[in-house]
Amino acid sequence: MSAMLLSKEKWSDFVGMLAGKNLWAPRESDEGLRFVPVAEGEVPTLDYNNTRVPPKEAVFPQTETLFKFKVGGKDLEEPRPDQDAVLLGVRPCDARAMHIIDELFSWDEDDPYYLKRREKTVLVGLACNEPGLNCFCTSVGGGPVSTEGLDLLMVDLGEKYLLEEVTEKGSALIDEVKELLEEADDNSSKQKDKLADEAAGKIKRSIETEGIPAGLPGLWEDELWQRVSASCIGCGTCTFLCPTCHCFDIQDETEGFEARRCRMWDSCMFREYTLHTSGHNPRPTRSERTRNRINHKYSYYVDKFEVIACVGCGRCINLCPVNIDILDILGQVKEEI
Amino acid sequence: MINKENPYIPYNATVEDTWYETGGERAIKTFKVVFDDENIRKSWEHFPGQCAMIGVLGVGESMISISCSPTEGEFLRFSVMRMGKVTQALHQLEPGDKMTVRGPYGNKFPLDQWQGKHILTIGGGIGQAPMRPVVEYVKSNYDNYGGLTMIYGARTSGDLCFKEEFEEMSKDDQLSCHLTIDIEEEQWDHNVGFVPQILMDLNPSPENTIAVTCGPPIMIRFVLENLKKLGFEDDQIYTTLENRMKCGIGKCGRCNAGNMYVCKDGPVFSYAALKEVPEAFA
Repeated sequence: MSAMLLSKEKWSDFVGMLAGKNLWAPRESDEGLRFVPVAEGEVPTLDYNNTRVPPKEAVFPQTETLFKFKVGGKDLEEPRPDQDAVLLGVRPCDARAMHIIDELFSWDEDDPYYLKRREKTVLVGLACNEPGLNCFCTSVGGGPVSTEGLDLLMVDLGEKYLLEEVTEKGSALIDEVKELLEEADDNSSKQKDKLADEAAGKIKRSIETEGIPAGLPGLWEDELWQRVSASCIGCGTCTFLCPTCHCFDIQDETEGFEARRCRMWDSCMFREYTLHTSGHNPRPTRSERTRNRINHKYSYYVDKFEVIACVGCGRCINLCPVNIDILDILGQVKEEI
Repeated sequence: MINKENPYIPYNATVEDTWYETGGERAIKTFKVVFDDENIRKSWEHFPGQCAMIGVLGVGESMISISCSPTEGEFLRFSVMRMGKVTQALHQLEPGDKMTVRGPYGNKFPLDQWQGKHILTIGGGIGQAPMRPVVEYVKSNYDNYGGLTMIYGARTSGDLCFKEEFEEMSKDDQLSCHLTIDIEEEQWDHNVGFVPQILMDLNPSPENTIAVTCGPPIMIRFVLENLKKLGFEDDQIYTTLENRMKCGIGKCGRCNAGNMYVCKDGPVFSYAALKEVPEAFA
């Protein structure tokens, strides 16, 4: 794996050279920090902990058109494939999340919308020097310099960025901006290791996951689900803003004679999610829905794809309006097992 | 077959025939449909137990059991209860109208493994829809099976589906057919009583027999209990689950019961397998 250095003085040149590539970077909006296409002449800064909306939305949009048709017609028009995109400043946890849901979107039948966009997207990561308050990536298989899912990893060394190639897509990108870069030396790699160790040391929250996937099924009837969901208001934030949550709804929309079938994020924390048309609901209360959320991430997904579908980004903890804390839930799970 | 290029793109199909099975607010209407594209017609393969996403463009799609056996011909049948937005729209369709179909989805009743065995189907209400293909499949392969018994019940005689087929069934020496309704009616000369009770009265031997059941959850619960009382082992009992579904291909997450996706790992489950699924009877 070769590595290069980019002086921060050349940052705007670097961004400028990538500008024609449908570059996305985090920007503050009404809905908080999220990845958006970089405007012409805009120089994004990488001064943030993490985005509120995970970058999964670049490959799995909150709402997307599956096909269009005319009302009363029968010809279906599939959307044109999206152009290539480069996401700049993806945190390792969020890239790992995409790596994890790649499995879901490619098992059995391929999901062409997700997979084509994923193929056309280059993820440029940004290693974490200062983890957030509720980060716990190191408990679930990730880390501040994890490269799973990334094409290129950037590490902030102070005066410079270290750029490490992860995939061929990443090296191709480096080739295009080579004139701005200098070869990395041993020293920069040592610096990176030191920063990574320090960052890992700053992660204050953790959970020992061993035993949880196997132990969860046995807690099906446990009263802990009642307890941990008692304050839940069913807003769905924990799932909407989770980088590994992939559940969606499919709906038809018409406007005049134009119609489309689209899919949009959905949440297992909503009552309607499982509500049968008969009125029967297999998950009638928030207790069953919370149980499903935790089981899906920490047990079912492990059964199917041998990986925990949680990357420890901490969003569900940071953003829950009633302070429900997944690590607290998992702690109680551990106690009951 | 599932559209490999893009599994979300449905095929166009034309309603060839349609009729009401039952009346009332929650009427059940059957649709016989044929794919417009001859290549799809030829390559489409389905098997008892499977379902398909059928829909009306501009309204949406619903997952519905395919209620015919492939042995009946190059068409599909769906029996749809009028319940929500999509099924309302489907009920508007008349012969010549278009609907969309994608699938088939889900696993199959392992009828090939059941060769030589006696097949007992136990259906209630609209739950007969997935039982009918099993009955039809065995009927067209009687030599391969050790017999066929069908128990089917509904609240009233008007609530029974597939009524037009009963007379012919009664003439079929190889089919033991037991119809029942919950409450006594004039001019009803079949059984009266709940399906689980009729099962007990019939007292079928579990020997070399496979029991397949589908119906309202409460009926399934008592049928399972009674089958156990009759000595059926867990792996001799099969049922189908249903859950709300959107994609049909194990992506949208919605239909899971425990770690199973009903659209992929089901809808057909043996009772032995279901006992391991915590949400199966939720």
